[in-house]
Amino acid sequence: MTTATTSGHRAASPAPGYGFGAVALMEWRKLRTVRSTWWMVAIFAVAMIGLAIVALSHEGYRQLSAADRAAFDPTHDCFIGLVLGQLLVGALGVLVMTTEFSSGMIRATFAAVPRRPVVLAAKAAVLGAVTLAAGEACAFAAFAAGQASLAASAPHATLGQPGVLRAVVMAGAYPALVALIGLGTGALVRHTAGAICAVVGVLFVLPLLLAPFSASVQDASQNFLPHPMANAMTAVKPLAHALSPWLIFALLCAYAAAALAAGAWALTARDT
Amino acid sequence: MTGRRRSETVVGMTMIEARGLVKAYRSTKAVDNLSFEVRPGAVTGFLGPNGAGKSTTMRMIMGLDRPDAGQVRIGGRRYGDLRWPLREVGALLEAKAFHPGRTARAHLMSLAASNGIGRRRVEEMLALTGIEKAADRRAGKFSLGMSQRLGIAAALLGDPGVLLLDEPVNGLDPEGIRWIRNLMRGLAAQGRSVLVSSHLISEMAYTADALIVIGRGRLLAQTTVAQLSAHGATLKPGGSLEEAFFQLTEGVTDYSGGLS
Repeated sequence: MTTATTSGHRAASPAPGYGFGAVALMEWRKLRTVRSTWWMVAIFAVAMIGLAIVALSHEGYRQLSAADRAAFDPTHDCFIGLVLGQLLVGALGVLVMTTEFSSGMIRATFAAVPRRPVVLAAKAAVLGAVTLAAGEACAFAAFAAGQASLAASAPHATLGQPGVLRAVVMAGAYPALVALIGLGTGALVRHTAGAICAVVGVLFVLPLLLAPFSASVQDASQNFLPHPMANAMTAVKPLAHALSPWLIFALLCAYAAAALAAGAWALTARDT
Repeated sequence: MTGRRRSETVVGMTMIEARGLVKAYRSTKAVDNLSFEVRPGAVTGFLGPNGAGKSTTMRMIMGLDRPDAGQVRIGGRRYGDLRWPLREVGALLEAKAFHPGRTARAHLMSLAASNGIGRRRVEEMLALTGIEKAADRRAGKFSLGMSQRLGIAAALLGDPGVLLLDEPVNGLDPEGIRWIRNLMRGLAAQGRSVLVSSHLISEMAYTADALIVIGRGRLLAQTTVAQLSAHGATLKPGGSLEEAFFQLTEGVTDYSGGLS
């Protein structure tokens, strides 16, 4: 009943028959059927929960000075596992993209779905969902295990206290954002080793390199480098010179979006 | 509406048209002003010495590599504009285009999901290519022959009207070679367009009807096996298809050896 297009007319870019859901299902099946996915999630869980238990059971609250006692943050200290966990999910994000290039699978993928940004968006949706679910589950488990391991004499945190629930939820969201930064980096760099070096460099090495610098550089880094940002996001006792946790969280989301946008551009611009 | 629907469902209507394709890597032109047509209902051999630009051309047909100039259309459309790519074009571009840690069945099931293809079709293709017993093994452990079969299964997943096969007999045993030959002939007999590349003219003699011969990225001849064979016979008594092919490609091979 619509005005019929003339037979000679051809739309510049007709809508494809496949939808985003179909492409996301492809990416879910790919992610699910590679063993390394589940190994990395399992090690991530062990790191998050195990390190929370180790850290809080050795807190030694009684030996702390008065100043250290005042600064003691029983919520934040549960998430020491993020130091290792972020590297695992970052690597998982990289591998989701780079193993396609190293194996040649990328050509089969782009033959099935020639719209490359759609492929990347589907990967981001599936990877983001899996790492968010794993991250939140492990963050709450690490929090519970950490509080249970803390000596009775030390102050304990509960989810009902102001800022605690926010800190735990953000500790669980941080890994998903790191995974997406890894995915975007993988699409940009294409080679596993190079992309993992880039991600580890930003997450792990850059904060170490800044250590010898003045306190003002250190204070600034917690507002713009991912892992120091995670520290600020998971702190319940406000840190000096840190932006609000929500602002830092928004900035980290912008990093992930920028990495994915750069990856989508690189996938579209380059030959495969 | 009816016109558009017909063009999508009638297999015999789909053909590949390349016009003035150019692709350069640094200073060398891999493909240089290449135009050709691949018609339905026949096996078209895509022939040329190593490095002639066959694989580059196939990647450009698939939209994987972007031509510097020229265009290629499949049934009148760019690859990226196909509504259901896997149901319209099937391709075997390299032997191992899969994640080595994934099983054959999981590989096919993921690709199938993207184009709305069901489990039943996946099982049928595993059976057709004879790898159903190995379907739950990790594909990285497959022999080259089994990898090729998995690649064929992926290419046929969507029951496409156009097939692109890059050197499909490479590394296959004689039984596998015969299987691929019969498969290609059968697919063409059903009205599909089948483009198969090879650097071996003798292989083409068994399977191809039409021939596109290229060298150093340029079209040397768009002909048929019968015509080229007849031409070979005029070159010298008892002259063959091979004779005619070598005459065609003389001067465009990158390396030549000899016994002196």
